[in-house]
Amino acid sequence: MKFSIGKLARDGLLDNNPVFIQLLGICSALAVTTSLTNGIGMGLAMTAILVCSNVFISLLRRFIPSQARIAAFIVVISTFVTMVDLLLKAYLPSLSESLGLFIPLIVVNCIILARAEAFASQNGVVASLFDGLFMGLGYTLALILISALRELFGSGSLYGVRILPETIPAVAFFQTPAGAFIALALVTAAARALIEKLKAAKAAKIKH
Amino acid sequence: MSLTSLLLIAFSAIVVENFIFSRFLGVCPFLGVSKQPATAFGMGLAVTFVITVSNFLTFEVNELILKPYGLEFLQTIAFILIIAVLVQLIEMFFKRYIPVLYHALGIYLPLITTNCAVLGAALLAVENYSTVLEATVFGFASAIGFLVALLIFAGVRERLVFAAPPRAFEGMPLALLAAGLCAMAFSGFSGIEL
Repeated sequence: MKFSIGKLARDGLLDNNPVFIQLLGICSALAVTTSLTNGIGMGLAMTAILVCSNVFISLLRRFIPSQARIAAFIVVISTFVTMVDLLLKAYLPSLSESLGLFIPLIVVNCIILARAEAFASQNGVVASLFDGLFMGLGYTLALILISALRELFGSGSLYGVRILPETIPAVAFFQTPAGAFIALALVTAAARALIEKLKAAKAAKIKH
Repeated sequence: MSLTSLLLIAFSAIVVENFIFSRFLGVCPFLGVSKQPATAFGMGLAVTFVITVSNFLTFEVNELILKPYGLEFLQTIAFILIIAVLVQLIEMFFKRYIPVLYHALGIYLPLITTNCAVLGAALLAVENYSTVLEATVFGFASAIGFLVALLIFAGVRERLVFAAPPRAFEGMPLALLAAGLCAMAFSGFSGIEL
């Protein structure tokens, strides 16, 4: 099975970014992005689960009957989610507390099921590992951008450290649910415009 | 257990802590099926039915099987399996006995397994409520909140078709902005203590 790491990376991070382009996993992208700490934590938890489930499902792809595949995928995914949930509770209790319900809800996050169905169940183990890694990092990148915007303007700090001077008032709106929708809309529009530009630049380069 | 407290649970689940606009549960199907009011209504009804039954079942399974044996750490796995099986059974039952409902809601049913509102409602009910009646009422009311949000947003979205936004905002970003404005309207309820 031939695959190119560069193409998988470009796909996961930009061209086919799970949040900005595919609009999957929006629930957690809205809910946990009140601070950069939460955004990074959620992104990394998701990446770990995505890599594990992609590898495992790719290993089992010849043994899973196609009629029962969704149920089989869900069992594999929920096993890894439970493991990550317990690990976070044991070693990072404060992060686990603030992510709350959205860690167990990774089970039904469309990104993981979509990668299992569209990639891992049809490709080799190594390719699936990198696909999971880059899709996970693409999701993490999106969460970092959204949570940075919300934390910077919502409370004037980044990663808990004050950045903006006291004279610029914090806009608490960005910390509210309505602010989450609007921040996601703004970041998505900006990211889409940028990705389009990059694509056009690449196409122009090939032409020459 | 009085009627008032059940009504309070219901009111709070429908408007104060609306699944879409304040808890962010079920946002994916919310953006996916809200293009027309008719499909939004069908999906909302199917979700209401599934959440009400699944909240009852998952709460009982938690009380009668998981808790007595100290297996609460298996909640996520157990609940998602119950929901997947339940959705499958409902689909088969509708197909066999209520074909009218099957034709109306059938296409939405397979999508419901992966709707985070269903698993979310089950997990929240186990965490916050102590009787099965409360858990079921909470599930039903949350789903009604989901249905209301879906219908309102479908109405808004029908009008967005005529908007001419900048290119980068076309499609989803514009829908998200509109959802943000709806969420702002719902945030008017957010200060209410019940």
